[in-house]
Amino acid sequence: MAQLFTKDTQAIFWNNNTTAIQRMLDYDYTIKRKKPSVAGIVAPTSTSKFDKFFYGPDEIMIPLYKNTAEAKAAQPQADVLLNFASFRTAYDVTMEALALGGFTSIMVTAEGIPERLARKMNATAKAKNVTVIGPATVGAIAPGAFKIANIGGTIENIVQSKLHRAGSCGLVTRSGGLFNELSNIIAINADGIAEGVAIGGDRFVGSVFIDNLLRMEANPEVKYMLLLGEVGGTEEYKVIEAVKSGKIKKPIIAWCIGTIAKYYDSGVQFGHAGASANGDMETAEAKNKAMKAVGIHVPASFNDLPEIISAVYHELHAEGIIKNIADPAMNTCPSVRKSKEFICTISDDRGDEATYAGFPISSLATPDTGKGIGDVVSLLWFKKQYPKWATDFIETVIKTVADHGPAVSGAHNAKVTARAGKSVVESLVTGLLTIGPRFGGAIDDAAKYFKYANDNKLSPADFLNHMKKEGIPIPGIGHRIKSLKNPDLRVEGLKKYAAKCFPATPLLDYALTVEQLTTSKKENLILNVDGTIGILMVDMWRALGYTEEEINEFITSGTLNAFFIVGRSIGFIGHVLDEKRLAMPMYRHPMDDILYDVQVAEKI
Amino acid sequence: MAQKAIREFDAKSILAKHWDKYFPGFTYAYETIMVQNGSELTKAAKEKTWLKEKALVAKPDMLFGKRGKNGLVLFRDSKPGDVSLAKATSWIDEKSSTKQSVSFSFDGDTPTGEPKVDMLTHFIVEPFTPHSQEEEYYISATCVGDDDVLYMSAEGGMEVEENWDKVVEVKFPITATEEEIAEKIKKSIPKDVAKHDKDAFAEFAIGFFKAYRELNFAYLEINPFVLQGKKVELLDMVAKLDDTAGFMMRDEWGDVDFPTSFGMEEKSPEVLAIEDADSKSGASLKLTILKPEARIWTMVAGGGASVVYADTIADLAGIEDLANYGEYSGGPTTSETKFYAETILDLMTRSKDAKGRDKVLIIGGAIANFTDVAKTFTGIIQAFDNYADKMKKVGIKIYVRRGGPNYEKGLKDIKEAADRLGLYIEVYGPETHVTDIVRMALAK
Repeated sequence: MAQLFTKDTQAIFWNNNTTAIQRMLDYDYTIKRKKPSVAGIVAPTSTSKFDKFFYGPDEIMIPLYKNTAEAKAAQPQADVLLNFASFRTAYDVTMEALALGGFTSIMVTAEGIPERLARKMNATAKAKNVTVIGPATVGAIAPGAFKIANIGGTIENIVQSKLHRAGSCGLVTRSGGLFNELSNIIAINADGIAEGVAIGGDRFVGSVFIDNLLRMEANPEVKYMLLLGEVGGTEEYKVIEAVKSGKIKKPIIAWCIGTIAKYYDSGVQFGHAGASANGDMETAEAKNKAMKAVGIHVPASFNDLPEIISAVYHELHAEGIIKNIADPAMNTCPSVRKSKEFICTISDDRGDEATYAGFPISSLATPDTGKGIGDVVSLLWFKKQYPKWATDFIETVIKTVADHGPAVSGAHNAKVTARAGKSVVESLVTGLLTIGPRFGGAIDDAAKYFKYANDNKLSPADFLNHMKKEGIPIPGIGHRIKSLKNPDLRVEGLKKYAAKCFPATPLLDYALTVEQLTTSKKENLILNVDGTIGILMVDMWRALGYTEEEINEFITSGTLNAFFIVGRSIGFIGHVLDEKRLAMPMYRHPMDDILYDVQVAEKI
Repeated sequence: MAQKAIREFDAKSILAKHWDKYFPGFTYAYETIMVQNGSELTKAAKEKTWLKEKALVAKPDMLFGKRGKNGLVLFRDSKPGDVSLAKATSWIDEKSSTKQSVSFSFDGDTPTGEPKVDMLTHFIVEPFTPHSQEEEYYISATCVGDDDVLYMSAEGGMEVEENWDKVVEVKFPITATEEEIAEKIKKSIPKDVAKHDKDAFAEFAIGFFKAYRELNFAYLEINPFVLQGKKVELLDMVAKLDDTAGFMMRDEWGDVDFPTSFGMEEKSPEVLAIEDADSKSGASLKLTILKPEARIWTMVAGGGASVVYADTIADLAGIEDLANYGEYSGGPTTSETKFYAETILDLMTRSKDAKGRDKVLIIGGAIANFTDVAKTFTGIIQAFDNYADKMKKVGIKIYVRRGGPNYEKGLKDIKEAADRLGLYIEVYGPETHVTDIVRMALAK
């Protein structure tokens, strides 16, 4: 792998660090990437499913996941993990990602991970051929292709430092702040960088100078390298060996900072945790001297770096090794952007004609389109085009639940309100507000509990026991008067339709075995119309290819009750209009129908 | 710094606390006590009766070795092994009452190099353990390069250094399993270990290395330990802990102290306060005072840039003029930066320059990746507000160079604030080379 990142590289970002993620997306937009560089975000404590970010002037939604496994399963193409967990959890996050597999590089930002854990993490990654950048790093960048998090700073600085397009220098530093500084110096004195990595300041980092320089040696875009080392450690000597043995042939410019350390004893810690010399060999001076001895370009001090960069660049340019780079066209991020307060993913009224999930209304409305209410529901509620057997089923349900006479509590409420002189909408909502756990709610609960029993492979007897322990009657079972001998014809109709048109009805089949058991105890304990609808909806969604999690979500979000609400609204409106038509007077409940039992309040 | 030295007493206490886990086949009496003076020792003897019953050994426990050669191990009154509680008490009182001179390197028995002079404040007292030279062994473990290395020798005590060629070194990758480690150790027991001790040595070494790994020691040495059958004595220990593992070792380590080593200046309250703020912050705040009376003070952002500034000052002005080293990074809050700046300004304004020159304050930094420059500068400006009078009295020239998010505002704000307060300031952005302000400051 000669290149760390390409223009197609996508990452999973662990921790919803919105500033850093926004910086990545600003970069993506500026360099005209086709896809955002962040495919998903792991946000373990978030309850949202996505977060909004700007992509240029517009906003996009990036999905949030509870854990790395979920994110990786949903975004298998994302092969970079940006681990922004704290020093307490960064190790676990990396190890989990390594066990999952499918990542080519993992960047770890936390500083101060226990050394032993950092070593284990780095060794495990190495064995699996995964490049670890960090810990304690600001990241890496492949200009014009992919940028990790905050590296390069603001978009203005990035463009100023020519980090928006590939140059010809390969840059490796320990320090993140100086990485930025050097990018700027290289932009001023040469043509920018082709690839850059800040390897991190901790004592034990995953990829070290030599790993990155060898990759850059193999990367044809890199024409020369700049290494910024530090006092402490012996990593620079590996580079010296590679130059000596001819493994690295491209010119290297190098400087080790921390020449001041020689004046103080080891008690003074300069800079990063890794920057502490054990013995003369690890001093900045010794390393600078040793690098110079093998022909590496070493300046007299950090202040002389610009000069030497300019000299090396111009020499390579004169030799024709470095060609002139044309500046590519860029997008400009608007400086003022307003976040949208609302999001709509189902319909759009901005064009010539409003659409339902992409379909103009006129293409669905008239009879010649062959579309019905079921199609409209499938588009607006589920953003999918359901097959005819499913849309027909939806319509069947709506028709079946439209009304159940004036005596049920919802209809009664609507009628009383209408007689008090209230409008259609006021009367309607009074009726609708009655819908809940006792009235109409059996559809939700029937689907929920039967699905639970079926998912957990409970036998009908076990299911009954389970419900007894929960202390609730089985939702969807039981009717006031109907029984097996005197069946509810609405239920029979639904069952018949399902048997004929559904590809399969596993949950209904299960529910019928439960019904056998319950009716053997009491004959009116049949599967009622609420239960049948809830159960068949689950079977419908299963047959349509939804996952069990998605179906569970439909149930918990109250989707099933929504069918009842829509259907029964038709009936309630009927009752309200009926009252208006009959011009019925204000209703007062007869006093003889009320048991009055009022005691004089005691003094306490 | 991640690796921190701990006292011998704490090292022994940590091993003793987990003794049965790592050394189930051995016994260790853990008769050891740390005191700061004689009366503490006398008092302790009421509970720890062995102090009265046994002959004692006493020595300072202050992170330095060569105590024997410095004459700082009390093991004889008139003959070896006859030190009583009373003798130990008076010896500790005597040694702790005046400054002691300690040499850290010796050529034979002759000290070489400058000795350090300081008070002795901590002593460890243990029973005298009669044993023969053959029963003394050496063992240590540390990390070299990417691997852990276990060192074992049959020559323990003072002889180990002279006989370093007899020390067996065994390397283990970090991913080595317990089984692999045990097997390798068993095969590598030094030849000179007495035949009857070989199995016990291996068993002890396996436990030792396991403790080194699991308890997050960065360095662990027992020299010597004495094997008497299944009875072990830890005569001398040196240890360093990886303090970044502290959050998961709270119970395992117990109440462990990371002292300043002998002869090192005690950390000033200012440095301790910055350390405390650093430990509570997600950002990084570091301060080392090098020469508080010196002229040039730095307040530099970034672990790398701060070193470059220090290098440059040393190159251009010499270290005589450099008062401090430090850095703040990782996006500190405004109040953290204010506290950091006030600490430095406070130290800087305590006295005028001895030669009557203006002092120099370098507020430097590279081009930040994510630290909001204006926000951190707001903290510095608030510190200016509180210290402007003192700063003017001492005479301070301020040089600022910084880039990164919001730097234009940051530079503008700090310039305005300094002008308003009547402070001398020069302000530069990323177009100026990072350390050029050092040259400018010295040219004035």
